[in-house]
Amino acid sequence: MNRRVVITGLGVCAPNGVGLSDFTNALLEGKSGLRYQPNLGKLGFGCQVAGEPLVKDQLIANYFTPLERRGLNATGIVYGVIAGVDAWKDAGLEKNITNEPSWDRGIIFGTGILGVDKFREAIHLIDEGKVRRLGSTSVIQTMASGISAYLGGLLGCGNQVTTNSAACTTGTEGILMAYDRISQGKAEIMLTGSCSDSGPYVWGGFDAMRILPRGYNDNPTKASRPMSATAGGFIPGSGAGALMLESLESAQKRGAHIYAEVLGGEVNSGGQLGEGSMTAPNSMAVQRCIQNAIRNSGITASDIDVINGHLTATSKDSLEIENWRTALNRDKGDFPYINSFKGSVGHCLAAAGSIESVATVLQFKEQVVFKNVNCEDIHPDILSVIPASSIPRDTKNHSPKVIAKASFGFGDVNACVIFRAFSKEQ
Amino acid sequence: MLKEEKYQKLKDIIKIYLPEDVSVTDIAQDSHFMNDLNINSANLVDIVLDVEDAFDIRLENEDIEKMQTVNDAMAIIDAKLAEN
Repeated sequence: MNRRVVITGLGVCAPNGVGLSDFTNALLEGKSGLRYQPNLGKLGFGCQVAGEPLVKDQLIANYFTPLERRGLNATGIVYGVIAGVDAWKDAGLEKNITNEPSWDRGIIFGTGILGVDKFREAIHLIDEGKVRRLGSTSVIQTMASGISAYLGGLLGCGNQVTTNSAACTTGTEGILMAYDRISQGKAEIMLTGSCSDSGPYVWGGFDAMRILPRGYNDNPTKASRPMSATAGGFIPGSGAGALMLESLESAQKRGAHIYAEVLGGEVNSGGQLGEGSMTAPNSMAVQRCIQNAIRNSGITASDIDVINGHLTATSKDSLEIENWRTALNRDKGDFPYINSFKGSVGHCLAAAGSIESVATVLQFKEQVVFKNVNCEDIHPDILSVIPASSIPRDTKNHSPKVIAKASFGFGDVNACVIFRAFSKEQ
Repeated sequence: MLKEEKYQKLKDIIKIYLPEDVSVTDIAQDSHFMNDLNINSANLVDIVLDVEDAFDIRLENEDIEKMQTVNDAMAIIDAKLAEN
């Protein structure tokens, strides 16, 4: 069984926009979601810039009951629920209000670490000998699968409800897990996405590794510079993205709006061998991941006209471009458009793959390639591999046909998914 | 503190934990938290903490086990306040 799978809903809670319309406008204009974070300054972080979605209490009240809001101290759950419920509604679906679980609907919603602030609260109480004061929500807000559990209960899903975790590939991997489940006929509708908490306890470890830029604390919107000669490291972000994947049959039966088709993809690992390590990718595996994604999707490399890279704004950007070129085996002048949204949203870690995939898919709807920001000065090593015209610095009118989106993560793990503009004919 | 005042304070705590199909007017002195008011056992833990904060008392495990109905809770609160 190998059924066609389409995207029928999107939801997003990102540093540069909460909700699809704000997010789309921000991407069209290249508006930054990166800001100076006073709490990071107070704590003496080297990098005091980060991306955090601006979520008002009033908005939270639309998604959580007063009871759920009491003691709610897990930003990842807030972002994930907003994005997940929005995607569900965007697909034209209702909450399940019957007494029977929706057996053919499931959730794969990933995260890296969840409820860090809640966990800190618990640690303090426990160390003071007050374990009895934790209350009933400490576990559900700090278990990794808390996000899929919250969404599963809100939506009444009866198919697989789980949380995947693969560092910065989490969101992209989740799309492929959901795709597999539907394409194999095990589910009709899967909500997939990922979320990442905000705050010093998530971002501190990266600051300690000295991989974040320290020279932009008074110029935050310029701090994240993918593909730029002056790129100095990634800016950490947070938030959530969500996509509704659905069998074509189910979508057509419901008369749902179809954003794009998921053709398939690939996940793999470089085994931390060769040039690969815990924190660096093995190029052999990256290239193989892209090539297998193309093969698994039944297309050829020349069909791809747009790429959304991982491109975090570190010295590895040039290597990633080289890997794309080698994997696609396209001439320099024939290289697809390529963009990175990390210039305006930062690197949203476990949420990166899903937020960026939502943005990637929005390009089909808007018939554009969203601009790259902060790379007026493209790195010379990149320009020796692909032309400047492949890297739009202004949002470009272009109806994408096939977009490849990849994410790479700590642990030397890779994921590449192939999206195609939807047409009824295969 | 008057009995009526205590009861109102307790009702204000309980009402937050009521599921959608139970209303505040369903709360009676002899209501059983789990059987009549459909409050789940996890939330009973939170009610205990809220009662501790609101009345500035501490409930022990055996108090919590005895706290099955609204009346039980009232009696335990009275006893703890008398101790203070």
